[in-house]
Amino acid sequence: MWPGPADPVQDLIDNFADLDSLVRVYPLLLQGFGLTILLSIVTLPIATASGLAVAVAYSTAGTGVRRMLVVAIDILRAFPVLVLLVLIFYGLPFLGLRLNAFAAAVLAIALNNTGYFGEIFRAGIEAVPPGQGEAAAALGLHRMRVLIHVILPQAIRKVTAPLASNALELVKTTSIASLVSLPELLRSARVAQEQTYNPTPLVAASLLFFALLWPFARWVARLERRALATGH
Amino acid sequence: MDRIAENYFNGAVIAAALPAVLRGFGITVLVSLSTIVVGISAGLGLALLRCAAIRPLDIAIAIYVDLFRTLPQLVILVFLYFGMPYLGVTLSPFVTVVLGLGAVLAAFSAEIIWSAILALPPGQWDAARALGLRPVPLLFLVVLPQAVRLATPLITNRAIAITKGTALGTAVSLPETLGSAQSAMAIMANPSPLTLAAALYLLFFIPLVALSRVLERRVARAG
Repeated sequence: MWPGPADPVQDLIDNFADLDSLVRVYPLLLQGFGLTILLSIVTLPIATASGLAVAVAYSTAGTGVRRMLVVAIDILRAFPVLVLLVLIFYGLPFLGLRLNAFAAAVLAIALNNTGYFGEIFRAGIEAVPPGQGEAAAALGLHRMRVLIHVILPQAIRKVTAPLASNALELVKTTSIASLVSLPELLRSARVAQEQTYNPTPLVAASLLFFALLWPFARWVARLERRALATGH
Repeated sequence: MDRIAENYFNGAVIAAALPAVLRGFGITVLVSLSTIVVGISAGLGLALLRCAAIRPLDIAIAIYVDLFRTLPQLVILVFLYFGMPYLGVTLSPFVTVVLGLGAVLAAFSAEIIWSAILALPPGQWDAARALGLRPVPLLFLVVLPQAVRLATPLITNRAIAITKGTALGTAVSLPETLGSAQSAMAIMANPSPLTLAAALYLLFFIPLVALSRVLERRVARAG
């Protein structure tokens, strides 16, 4: 009854949505999906914490240190993250420092995002009126407590949208680990594609990425739209 | 110290790799500029189409925007390069990267411009209409100039971020800076070409990063 493979629609389904291929390779894809999530939940806290540390150091430092920190942030932001990854994974072994693919990916993505998160937190802290810190200090609060209880909560509220947006970009960036042969979702899909000779695994991986990230992307879009409308 | 100089700052190796890596850098610049032109003009076009308020079109654009803002860039490039041939469409590495990254930039710019249009006070529309402006001049003379001013810093930042993605082109055999440096490194068994590539990237992107910082400041002051 059904038309043969000469039919373009059937041809499309056979190539891009072939169930037999999917059944064969889904354990590989699921394992890759798990590794993508693991890579994200290891890297995101490290990058956020180190970015915050850089921003706090900036806000408490003198002019000379500030200037150095801004240069450091800009250099980290200027490198394409894949360049950092290649430098770490392929360049460092010449010094006898060999990291495995997972560690190299965590280090590269965390370094790059230290720059991004550092800049976002820095802008947030700078946007808090200085009177806030002065008033808290006048009340006798210790400097650390002023920072934690007065400055940072206001600063973070001001930059929620860019923070969320950057966190989303970080998770998307984990796919570059595929280029140093870490079998995360994209790499697994490519390996699977070599077994099935059709792009169905790529379609499945794209759908998995989309399912994982879309709710988060919607939330980020809402935050950004609100930020644009209210000015912060 | 000697070991570092020998491996990462080896003058002879860098000199040998220079022509290939510079050629790669030329491709990086060309791909970046093409991506920005394609992405921003397509994004502006999509935002304008949304102004027409045709419901099926709005839904299609919203799906497009969400898809390309959500999927990782590398996934999109790999899909275009290794998946499309099964549809009988074979794209060159250059076209793959410009089309893939351009599509991502278009999605982001469409969303940013559309949000900026929505963020304008409704009084702007009312006043222009009260002055007797017809819809098309109203859009181009009143709404767009203000929306574009609001959207420019956000689009600039996004364009810079996406331009850095040109390094991903190495995954689809584009002989850009990083790819050329990696080939040279493999041939010479010395990572100095990577240092050269890193220096070229800094040369290209540090001014752009500084520009985005200035634009952010301006927005922060205005807001």
